Amino acid sequence: MSDSGHTNIIELENVDKFFGVFQALKNVSLSVKTGERIVVCGPSGSGKSTLIRCINRLEEHSSGKIVVNGHELTSAVKNIDAVRREVGMVFQSFNLFPHLTIIKNLMLAPTLVRKASKSEARDTAMKYLERVKIPEQADKYPSQLSGGQQQRVAIARALCMNPKVMLFDEPTSALDPEMISEVLDVMTDLARDGMTMIVVTHEMGFARSVADKVVFMDYGEIVEMNPPEEFFDNPQHERTKLFLSQILAH
Amino acid sequence: MRFIDVALIIDSIPRILMGIGLTFQLLFLSLTLGTALAIILLLLRISGRWYLAAPTMVYIYIFRGTPILVQIFIIYYGLPQLEFIRESIFWPILREPFGCAIIALSLNTGAYVSEIFRGGVLGVDRGLKEAGAALGLSVTQRFIYITSPIAIRLCLPAYSNDVVSLMKSTALASTITLLDMMGIARTIVAETYAPYEIFLSVMVIYLIITWVIQRTFGWIEKRMSQHIRSEA
Repeated sequence: MSDSGHTNIIELENVDKFFGVFQALKNVSLSVKTGERIVVCGPSGSGKSTLIRCINRLEEHSSGKIVVNGHELTSAVKNIDAVRREVGMVFQSFNLFPHLTIIKNLMLAPTLVRKASKSEARDTAMKYLERVKIPEQADKYPSQLSGGQQQRVAIARALCMNPKVMLFDEPTSALDPEMISEVLDVMTDLARDGMTMIVVTHEMGFARSVADKVVFMDYGEIVEMNPPEEFFDNPQHERTKLFLSQILAH
Repeated sequence: MRFIDVALIIDSIPRILMGIGLTFQLLFLSLTLGTALAIILLLLRISGRWYLAAPTMVYIYIFRGTPILVQIFIIYYGLPQLEFIRESIFWPILREPFGCAIIALSLNTGAYVSEIFRGGVLGVDRGLKEAGAALGLSVTQRFIYITSPIAIRLCLPAYSNDVVSLMKSTALASTITLLDMMGIARTIVAETYAPYEIFLSVMVIYLIITWVIQRTFGWIEKRMSQHIRSEA
């Protein structure tokens, strides 16, 4: 394959995605280098979530090519597994397993997928719980935690798999305002440590301070992609300007 | 003129209770076999392969769509008419009314319970399965470690209803000569011509068993769901 496939950990080429007759992604191409932090924004229904859900095959793209860490995503289960092992994901609605304690939420995938021993998995889990600053919640159940705490656990759960890339699908949208910053802080820390991240979010402050590139999507297309200074101070397209004026107005 | 013969009730309850062992055998054996069958039917039904799902749906339709009494009669009176059944390895079981009752009750319960399980599985939040997938768990691992434990909690109330229902259905075994509680009660009625007292007694015993089943499941539900009251 080409040289660019070597440095780019994620490569999307002319990706289309249809839900029935509705086209959620239109000819999307995007390259992400190792260590790069991409923020994806855009109006609801613009295809941002679909885009990152295609990267770990929670959605199957209709045409085009997606290569993650050297594995092309096809219907081959082997490749899908290989990609998912290296790509962590954080969801808007946390999606912690309600029947397991926090520590068991974190230990489940490493023991099942990485075949880690119980004690190894527990050590890793505690390390990441400390990193997201809630080790004392280890033996509680998700329902006993606040939204912000749950989302931090969800981030720790993904990190326990030691992923090369982290995908965030509107990680703060379901949170009460006072809990947003505790989650963004954890994400900012992660970015500082060099994690490759793709973040779908409306938090423009986060985008400005953390992103290497901001991607603006509308109607399933990537309309504009620029470094944050350029993106916010000198938007090129009318649709970007309109979106920014709406989202930054208040 | 008296309304009720209390002495007769007091005399017959111990006799009726001699059948409680058989009632429980019918209940627990067919519950175990029926639940195992239900899991198999569920897996076939949700396999995503039409040639596995379609026969399962036909099976479930037949067993839920016909009276269990008819099913018992077909197995007990109908099957022995077939030569190859009499020569098969199943004949030692099908020859006995007990075996026939267990088979009929298990097949029937399996059909009902598999639908209950399916409801539970469908009730599991899609996001949780996606979270499992995103973490790299295989389809089987997701089913065992995420879907099943949550689905079990979701379908426990409906399942407990079905256990009660099955317990009551065991009384039908008395129609094929078995001397469970109902069978004994019918024998006593034939001797005493006092259907009112005897059937009233057996009714009270069934009610008590139902109460115990409901309390047991209530306790299990409470224990299992104490941490998942509020899902975000």
